[in-house]
Amino acid sequence: MEPILRIEHLSVSFTQYDRGARRRQRHVVKNLSLAVMPGQIAAVVGASGSGKSLLAHSILGILPYNSRAEGIILYDGEPLTQERAKALRGREIFLIPQGVTYLDPLMKVGPQLRKGRKDAGTEERCRAALLRYGLGPETEELYPFELSGGMARRVLIASAVTEKPRLIIADEPTPGLDARSAKRILGHFRELADEGTGILVITHDLELALTVADEVTVFYDGETIEQAKAADFEKVENLRHPYTRALWHAMPEHGFRVMPDPEDGKQVQRDNKNESGTDV
Amino acid sequence: MNEEWNIGTREAEPGNRRRRMGLFLVCAGLVLLAVMVSGILLDGAAAETDFSRKNLAPGAGHLFGTDWMGRDMLARTLAGLSLSIRIGVLTAAVSAAVALVLGTVSAVGGRKADAVISWCIDLVMGIPHILLVMLISLAFGKGVAGVTAGVALSHWASLARVIRGEILQLRQAPYILTAQKLGVSRMRIAVRHMFPHVFPQFLTGLILLFPHAILHESGVTFLGFGLPPEQPAIGVILSESMQYLTTGKWWLALFPGLSLVLVVVLFAMAGERVRKLTDPASFHE
Amino acid sequence: MKHRLWFTGKKLIRMALLLLGVSIVTFLLMSASPLDPLQTNVGQAALGSMSPEQIAKLEAYWGVDTPPLSRYIGWLLDALRGNLGVSLLYRQPVLAVIGERLAGSVLVLLAAWVISGVLGLTLGILAGAFRGRWPDRVIRGYCLLISGTPAFWLAILLLLIFSVWLGWLPVGLSVPAGMEAAAVTFADRLRHAVLPALTLSITGVANIALHTREKMIGVMSSDYVLFARARGESERAIILRHGFRNVLLPAITLQFASVSEIIGGSVLVEQVFSYPGLGQAAVTAGLGSDLPLLLGITVVTAAIVFIGNLIADLLYGAADPRIRKGAVRR
Repeated sequence: MEPILRIEHLSVSFTQYDRGARRRQRHVVKNLSLAVMPGQIAAVVGASGSGKSLLAHSILGILPYNSRAEGIILYDGEPLTQERAKALRGREIFLIPQGVTYLDPLMKVGPQLRKGRKDAGTEERCRAALLRYGLGPETEELYPFELSGGMARRVLIASAVTEKPRLIIADEPTPGLDARSAKRILGHFRELADEGTGILVITHDLELALTVADEVTVFYDGETIEQAKAADFEKVENLRHPYTRALWHAMPEHGFRVMPDPEDGKQVQRDNKNESGTDV
Repeated sequence: MNEEWNIGTREAEPGNRRRRMGLFLVCAGLVLLAVMVSGILLDGAAAETDFSRKNLAPGAGHLFGTDWMGRDMLARTLAGLSLSIRIGVLTAAVSAAVALVLGTVSAVGGRKADAVISWCIDLVMGIPHILLVMLISLAFGKGVAGVTAGVALSHWASLARVIRGEILQLRQAPYILTAQKLGVSRMRIAVRHMFPHVFPQFLTGLILLFPHAILHESGVTFLGFGLPPEQPAIGVILSESMQYLTTGKWWLALFPGLSLVLVVVLFAMAGERVRKLTDPASFHE
Repeated sequence: MKHRLWFTGKKLIRMALLLLGVSIVTFLLMSASPLDPLQTNVGQAALGSMSPEQIAKLEAYWGVDTPPLSRYIGWLLDALRGNLGVSLLYRQPVLAVIGERLAGSVLVLLAAWVISGVLGLTLGILAGAFRGRWPDRVIRGYCLLISGTPAFWLAILLLLIFSVWLGWLPVGLSVPAGMEAAAVTFADRLRHAVLPALTLSITGVANIALHTREKMIGVMSSDYVLFARARGESERAIILRHGFRNVLLPAITLQFASVSEIIGGSVLVEQVFSYPGLGQAAVTAGLGSDLPLLLGITVVTAAIVFIGNLIADLLYGAADPRIRKGAVRR
């Protein structure tokens, strides 16, 4: 079967100014290759705050200022050019973002899902999308600040099924949710995949990736360090890189061992700053 | 198909703009300094009357023309600008100092001090600037003293508010809270840890005060509440030019005003660049 | 709803206190002035045409023998009863003078306020949406140039171009000189108001546009605009649906905050066009040491500014669903 999304040798980076006059290029991912099959969930796991969101943005062709992507992205076997991405996003390719800040704070949920369209068909489809995730029509009249964390998450997922999605990119889909809600959200992803949608989950959480994904790619400091079927992660011996091993050991069912810091602590700190300022 | 292509959307402009900014700042500083010094040197020439050359339109001998007393308008303009810059620098510095002190006290001096100072800020901002400068200038008996006091005592409010906000935010910063827990003295925290953070804001605010100060100085002078008519101030020059507009002596108003705009814009641009240099977040424009 | 009322009440009390402060500060400044009103005015013909009570009142207010504190309290008690004293120059009650002058200015002020607000908002949104590209550069350049231009010089320039050279518009005043009041048409008034209003609009735009631009940049780099892009909304739809909506709220505050600037600008501009409005009255009062009038004008102007701020706060609360529904307090 032809993969719905194939990424080859993708590098994403952005320019950053330090205090003073220096300029430097920061790499989010280097030389990343992966494929997402229809009906399959693939996961990309990277350190918290390493700018992983830019990976999603580069696929959708909505990279912010001063960032660049190089490499090959194929959608449905054809190069996903800027123009093509523009035509397909919101029609076949969908983003499920991290949280409620991705909803316009001053617009009610209904109009936001409908993207300004007012025809009966759109209204019907949006209502059905909400209903699918247990949200009644009254949700349409709510402002984002009136949604609970779980509701907001379901609204965001619903936004992806207002049309017929062929590829969904989920960026950190479950932070801040308790285990039960998280499990339910992941169940929704599986359901969507079973309908034939290809799903790419981008997360920092290896455990989550292993529960939901068929294939997992782990990258660290931009480099892909592990790429395997989820099943291969069951034995630590199958893992090649010390970082993935550390991640593996840190998972609750493997004894919760504190992860040895693979490099210096600087990494996390500076990247946190990046992510809050991805708009640079 | 396997050919590599660039899917990058927007790339950072190459070349280092920071260095260009630094260069601009140096040039702007030199130009302003030159205007100031030449104005002081030309003070005599600016007042020199010669009735054999009165009302000359701009030409080779007198680039800015001459007025009804045969005074060279270029010399008068430069002298006026020089005076404006000097008063502007003085008043902006005083205003900024007041803002720094009041903003800091407001932020660290407890609730009562904060309430009183915030109230004062609101009060000053409630009276239109030009009216307040007029009132203070009147209280000080007009003239150089009046206009200096007026501008200096009316322009601190917005900067004080900025500094207050900045320090209030800083006080919640983890490293400040840690320093407090470690028993570092208030004074030391303020000087060693807070001041370096507020300084860029303060510097930018100070430079951006110049344009306001100069504009308001020339404004009240124009209205007759500032510098006395015998001074070669831009406000005086423009006020006098009003009487000669209908008779076609356009150069009396055009060139002095235009030069003032240039000086003010130069200050504003310099301030803008200092802001960008000290604030990395605003840089990618 | 209840906390909105409480909020409004607190704001009103604060406003009253601020007005009290303005009157005290103004009074102190004028008492400190070495320019003595009694010498400037009473020594002149003004005294002759005043009624004995007026002179008595004048001396009670401004007499050198009365200590400033009791003078102020006298003024305040009268002011609370709606009497701001008698203008020394116009020999009329201060409130009457202010009312008449404000009526003269209101056309110019309102026009400038609306034009600069609408234009500033539009330009700011455009600049913010096209950040770094040519519309942004042009608009920023304009704002930089205008915020460096003295309003009165711009007024002189416009006067030179449109009145002296082109002869399209009158040189000054609010009505044709020497015309009977009854013969003045609205068109005449309009023709005279054009240049002052134009000057104030041109200068007022800069500040509003620059601030709106900052807000717009914030909105355009927000998560929700990114998501709107990811969902295939067009750039046009994003600017109109999300940008405009989110910039409008801070614009309310900005628009009402500009009241102070416009009134301040009118003081200078009315002087250039000899337009007999409130601003010109302030200058005349200041130059002629007409302290009751100057005090009155300052207090009334400050009241207008404070009321503007209050309206902005209330409108903001009504327009922002987060505040309206009580989720966030301000």
